[in-house]
Amino acid sequence: MDWTALWLSLGLAGWTVLILLPVSVLMGRFLAYRQFRAKGLVEALVLLPLVLPPTVFGFYLLVAFGANSPIGQFWRETFGHQLVFTFEGLMVASVIFNLPFAIQPAQRGFEAIPVEVREAAQCSGLSPWQSLARVELPLAWPGVLTAMVLTFAHTLGEFGIVLMVGGSIPGETKTIAIAIYDRVQAFDDRSAGIMSATLLAISLATISITFWLSSRIGRRLS
Amino acid sequence: MALEVMARATTPIPLDIAFRVEPGELLALVGHSGSGKSTMLRTIAGLWSPTEARVSVNGETWLDTSSGIDLAPHRRRVGIVFQSYALFPHMSALANVMAAMGHLPSTDRQGRARELLGLVNLEGLEARKPATLSGGQQQRVAVARALAREPSALLLDEPFSAVDRATRDRLYEEIRQLRAHLAMPTVLVTHDLEEARLLADRMVVIEDGRVAGAGSTAEIMSDPVALRAMGLRELGSGLPAVIEAQEDDELTRLRAAAGPVWLPRVEGEPGTAVSLRIMAHDVIIAREKPAGISALNMLPATVTAIDGGDGPGVIVRLDVGGSPILAQLTARSVRVLALAPGTPCFAVVKSMAVARDDVRADPAT
Repeated sequence: MDWTALWLSLGLAGWTVLILLPVSVLMGRFLAYRQFRAKGLVEALVLLPLVLPPTVFGFYLLVAFGANSPIGQFWRETFGHQLVFTFEGLMVASVIFNLPFAIQPAQRGFEAIPVEVREAAQCSGLSPWQSLARVELPLAWPGVLTAMVLTFAHTLGEFGIVLMVGGSIPGETKTIAIAIYDRVQAFDDRSAGIMSATLLAISLATISITFWLSSRIGRRLS
Repeated sequence: MALEVMARATTPIPLDIAFRVEPGELLALVGHSGSGKSTMLRTIAGLWSPTEARVSVNGETWLDTSSGIDLAPHRRRVGIVFQSYALFPHMSALANVMAAMGHLPSTDRQGRARELLGLVNLEGLEARKPATLSGGQQQRVAVARALAREPSALLLDEPFSAVDRATRDRLYEEIRQLRAHLAMPTVLVTHDLEEARLLADRMVVIEDGRVAGAGSTAEIMSDPVALRAMGLRELGSGLPAVIEAQEDDELTRLRAAAGPVWLPRVEGEPGTAVSLRIMAHDVIIAREKPAGISALNMLPATVTAIDGGDGPGVIVRLDVGGSPILAQLTARSVRVLALAPGTPCFAVVKSMAVARDDVRADPAT
């Protein structure tokens, strides 16, 4: 069992969730309430990481973050080291490829709030932030929580993009998914088995929680 | 101190409507769905902004497109009861009402919210969630929440359309009683003319985004032009009368300004003032006082106007002891009787034509 890799994966997933939580709430809410011309395009872009092969997506991120790219150069000038093959680079990639998981369920959660309930909040004198905190989030939280649970689980399991952007540097970018691959390559089936079972357990728990929460959204608003 | 509203727009529907509501007055915006009446309510609340509009309350301007003033909904002191009530489903009845009390110190909110729930007869149900309340109870919570903000204007958007008939009648009565506590202008949007007649002081009839008629409830209910917008079947007028005596044969004798009227039993002590709804198609006109006729009610009247339509029917307006009454006749009858403005005649109404629903306690007393 590669504990370093497990902790690294959990850390990566935790940071990703933390960064994507406000994005999930604000973007999900925005897409749920607003109608605008380019809405279809924005929604398609958000979903893109879901359909693009991870290696293709990883390749583009690698090019975009590379030492010769504007982003890569900016990062080097600001922080003194390169972005690719570091934990930070992995985190930026993780935030991007988790966008569909973070935004979609939250958007569905906000969409389930009847328009008149939101209007009633405004007409009761609640400012937009008060309305978010006291009416909308209490009603949409199962959607937001589902989004965060999915993001967490998906980050633990992502393989292709992590390998492309991060390489496999122990303690820096070697996540549990890559460690499993690594163990299998070394014919260490026992370690690979234990780590796989751990991920399986986490994934099962995630899906159970997600289903339970989504059923709550419906019950709450009926 | 009144609510003044003006709105013009070309989309989504053509709109050109203006009206004014005095403090303590209840104005009904009446019209078919899609006529633009709900849009007017949304304009007042700030949920929609027409191309050109002005909304002011108590001299405070909420919206004025010509000078770029457009207050956000939460900055307008408005109480609104939605058709679906739109209660906050995760909050108790009490919390729903308290949520609209941001202007009060937090220590005062609970007491005031309990008072308001008491005012709408919901004592004991403070802790219940909306989903566990009946439609009528939810409507009352919505009314209490709308009042919680101490609104400068109260807006009711078809608030009775989602409850059954019996509940609705009870809610009407409660709203009438509640009005004694309301000093602000109130706007009721409804497609139900009868509802408007029961609750409103004045009506604005809206058809295709325009005002088809405006005036006191009595005026509108006897205005053929305004009522044509609502469908002629509703045509009728209110006749004020006072209960005089309950007679042995289940009839009640009432006194109208023009003479006695007998109706099937009307509950009430002698001296109670009531308003009788006389439907235009129930009125017969005679040039001389008829004899040998079964109808009991024959009131001397004078023709004031004759409004002809495209069809064979004609609406004759009569003055009966100072009150307007409408009669729906054929154009042929008008010709044969040689009716013209100023013609003296008798209005004949069958007693049984006035149903119990058509009598209501006169709000003036």
